[in-house]
Amino acid sequence: MSAAGDLPGAKPPGEELHEVRLTVNGEVRTVRVPARRLLSDCLRHDLGLTGTHVGCEHGVCGACTVLLDGAPVRSCLLLAVSAEGASITTVEGLAEPGSGLSPVQQAFRECHGLQCGFCTPGFLTTITAGLRENPDPDDGQAREMIGGNLCRCTGYQNILASVHRAAELMRAAAPAGPA
Amino acid sequence: MSSLFGARVQRVEDDRLLRGHGAYLDDLGPDALAAAFVRSPHAHARITGTDVSQAVAAPGVVAVYTYDDLPPRLAEPLPLLIPHPALTHGRTPYPLAHREVNHVGEAVVMVVAADRYLAEDAADLIDVSYEPLPAVVGLPAARAAAQLVHDDVPGNLAANAVQERGNTAAAIAAAPNVLELDLDIERSASTPLEGRGVLARWDEQSQRLALWTSTQTSTGVRAAVAAKLGLDLAQVDVITPDVGGGFGVKIVHPWPEEVLVPWAARQLGRPVKFTEDRSEHFVASAHERAQHHHVTVGYDDDGRILGLDVRFWHDNGAYVPYGLIVPIVTSTQLLGPYKPGAYRVEFDSLYTNTVLVTPYRGAGRPHGCFVMERTMDAIAAALELDRTVVRERNFIQPDEMPYDQGLIFQDGRPLSYDSGDYPAMLAKIKDLVGWDKFPQLKQAAAAEGRRLGIGLACYVEGTGVGPYEGAHIVVETSGKVKVATGLTSQGQGHQTTLAQLAADTLGVPLTDVEVVTGDTRRFGYAVGTFASRTAVTSGSAVTLAARKAKQKALRVAADALEVSAGDLEITDGKVQVKGDPDSGMSLGTVAVLSNPLRYAFDDAAKAATQFAGGGDPDRPPVAPGDEPGIEGRAFFSPVRSTFASGVHAAIVETDPDTAEVRILRYCVVHDCGPLINPMIVEGQIHGGVAQGVGGALYERMAYDESGQLVNASFMDFLMPYVSEVPHAIEIDHLETPSPLNPLGVKGAGEAGVIPGAATLAAAIEDAEGIPILSMPLSPSDLFELRQAHDRPGAQAATFPAGLPHAG
Repeated sequence: MSAAGDLPGAKPPGEELHEVRLTVNGEVRTVRVPARRLLSDCLRHDLGLTGTHVGCEHGVCGACTVLLDGAPVRSCLLLAVSAEGASITTVEGLAEPGSGLSPVQQAFRECHGLQCGFCTPGFLTTITAGLRENPDPDDGQAREMIGGNLCRCTGYQNILASVHRAAELMRAAAPAGPA
Repeated sequence: MSSLFGARVQRVEDDRLLRGHGAYLDDLGPDALAAAFVRSPHAHARITGTDVSQAVAAPGVVAVYTYDDLPPRLAEPLPLLIPHPALTHGRTPYPLAHREVNHVGEAVVMVVAADRYLAEDAADLIDVSYEPLPAVVGLPAARAAAQLVHDDVPGNLAANAVQERGNTAAAIAAAPNVLELDLDIERSASTPLEGRGVLARWDEQSQRLALWTSTQTSTGVRAAVAAKLGLDLAQVDVITPDVGGGFGVKIVHPWPEEVLVPWAARQLGRPVKFTEDRSEHFVASAHERAQHHHVTVGYDDDGRILGLDVRFWHDNGAYVPYGLIVPIVTSTQLLGPYKPGAYRVEFDSLYTNTVLVTPYRGAGRPHGCFVMERTMDAIAAALELDRTVVRERNFIQPDEMPYDQGLIFQDGRPLSYDSGDYPAMLAKIKDLVGWDKFPQLKQAAAAEGRRLGIGLACYVEGTGVGPYEGAHIVVETSGKVKVATGLTSQGQGHQTTLAQLAADTLGVPLTDVEVVTGDTRRFGYAVGTFASRTAVTSGSAVTLAARKAKQKALRVAADALEVSAGDLEITDGKVQVKGDPDSGMSLGTVAVLSNPLRYAFDDAAKAATQFAGGGDPDRPPVAPGDEPGIEGRAFFSPVRSTFASGVHAAIVETDPDTAEVRILRYCVVHDCGPLINPMIVEGQIHGGVAQGVGGALYERMAYDESGQLVNASFMDFLMPYVSEVPHAIEIDHLETPSPLNPLGVKGAGEAGVIPGAATLAAAIEDAEGIPILSMPLSPSDLFELRQAHDRPGAQAATFPAGLPHAG
């Protein structure tokens, strides 16, 4: 058991710290953070999960998207304290540890859906949630699914292809439904 | 025959990046102090005082630095990286502003604190007093020079340069037809999703600096930082981590932060990190594109250009650390695939109180292409000729290669095209987009009340500029192949394409090859990643190094197997007698034998030890002139640039009411010579086209008259989302090999962006019947053009665009 003072988190002199319990990628984590600590910074710098990237700090680019209780959210627009008790999935949690890539990750690899890879974690989390909601998107729905995320490298062509390929991989992996 | 060259190999980079295990600059150095900067809120002002007293006492603050704290070398202006005889008044910034600020965002004070929140808190407590000066914003103000950006630069003129081939004035005077055009391109910027960033760790015991920076040139940063900090090169390692996009902005070096952060780390004895945030990136990095051009062209009745005179004005922002590369590229690459009878180009490079201007993907070519292609379309309109016919008549023909344009290019070498087949390129794009059938399509749409237009634009891109790149390859005793090249990667898949080349050349599986880029610890001689040069320069160097390693492996194996090296081949990591898979030994074993050992470290190594029985007892174990190991080190230095080419065509629909532009088709024919990895090349084209569309229809840095950038966020600067890019980008390749490098390849990185503005302007002009002379074009811009066009008695804004008059 670690003393409260040993919990990860920023320890600026003079700032009141708040204890926050989060379930991150299935693991319960406790941090002590100032009230103003962004969830994105908490994940990256307090919990060492640097796969979540920060591209604009004002919720426009989508690179910092994580799943909060399953729903995609911009972690740069949330305070860590406001996520108390929540279950969070970051890009690091999309694939089972030690196993293959998730269908969305696999699709990105097959379709060359990433170049520099900086925006990619936000697309992966967004599409993971999107395909749960709509496992068989048509082209317009696929565009809408990724319509809030910015990428400067790919021109989105291969990201769209990745959405469709991921859906295909997920359908192939799903147990056959009743005839 | 090779098996990986030309294959759509999946990228070796991806697994790590997809799992969130990439290591970008801000992911490093969790123990580092954080730097934040106080930046100028004024476009132009004198600094009259700086009070840091409250900040120094603020929680978590470790140090606060102003200009007065800097040691002599850092107190000088940053280097002018690319001097040029025409750059008579080159000015560069100080790392921290000295007495005066010349653009909003210029760094004034550096704060180092326990974390970024605290550093920014402290920065807010710093009181800098300014005496505002009049700001010079935009080219008209810079040219008028009623106010000066730098007191000692008359006319705001950094440089004036002229190049001419033939007697242009005489050619135009003698031409049967002449027209003039004014053509403008506005500011945009690279805006990679990851901004700049730098992390420094000074080791007092070893007196060495480790510097990680999100750069396009690790060796350039290393040399600059060593010079600025007074260190020997051998004391400085620069490591490029994963870089979240560059597109040109990260070739500039050293940024103020790249010298201040390592200096502070050494001063404080603690690692220091700076991570640029998005708003800083808009005002404290670099922009590009803004130029105004005046064209006078004389042509015959068939549309052949007899004389072309281009006068243009380049807004270089507050400083010119990267020299005149952008306007030089415009002035030379403007010619594209054409051969005007005579050509004269003159430009002024002018200071304004705005963010500095350095190359952004395309680097002067989108503007040049826009000017040339708009001119072609204007000639076609004036003569009532098909736009492709006018282009055909002006093309350099394949049998004229190599074709010397008679100008000096950005690398200081002749602008001499090495290869290309422009008529074939045009034929391909006409097929792909359905050029000849378009009139029916347009007519049918018009019958439904829809406005369709088609346009195309050709370009030639000088790629693979020197001076050189190099590579080192070593075969380990495991058979694994380690490749290092000095230039850097920002998402172009270099680890994959270079591994393809190494694996092919050596005859090993791709999975056995690992490529490292941009790490001066691994390869210290390099230039950088820009000008679509990696495949040409590092690709060739890797191939040459792999050939050397292969030659050595064959020689060592031939000795061991007592056969002639000429009878051996390497297949799938095994050295064997040609066609006999049962013969021979693994490449790893050859690596063992190549290195005579005293000590065995594993079973395989025993074979190379002194009692193992190999070798002639009367000869030294390592022959004179030979070296242990299977290694290859090689450099490739191209004699001059190799010239890729291409043509884009688009069909657009413009909304009669809202003036919105919808891209219905976007087609690309691209010639970068043989494709190493078509999947990666197409990815580069896709990204380039999206940036081209952004530059044509959406992106514009909006400065107000006081020099404030009023749209400095992704909320207001309209970078394309998926909703703005074409639904499909249709691509056809032409592969004319370059004679200038061992692979025959030409660069591919920037091409996609070059003809975007020209192509879309042509298509919109065709849809609307209104000359399009300025880009980007927003729906409100187009709406206003329509109104001006429809206004009774308005200036004759009809075809031909511009002002034709008798020659």
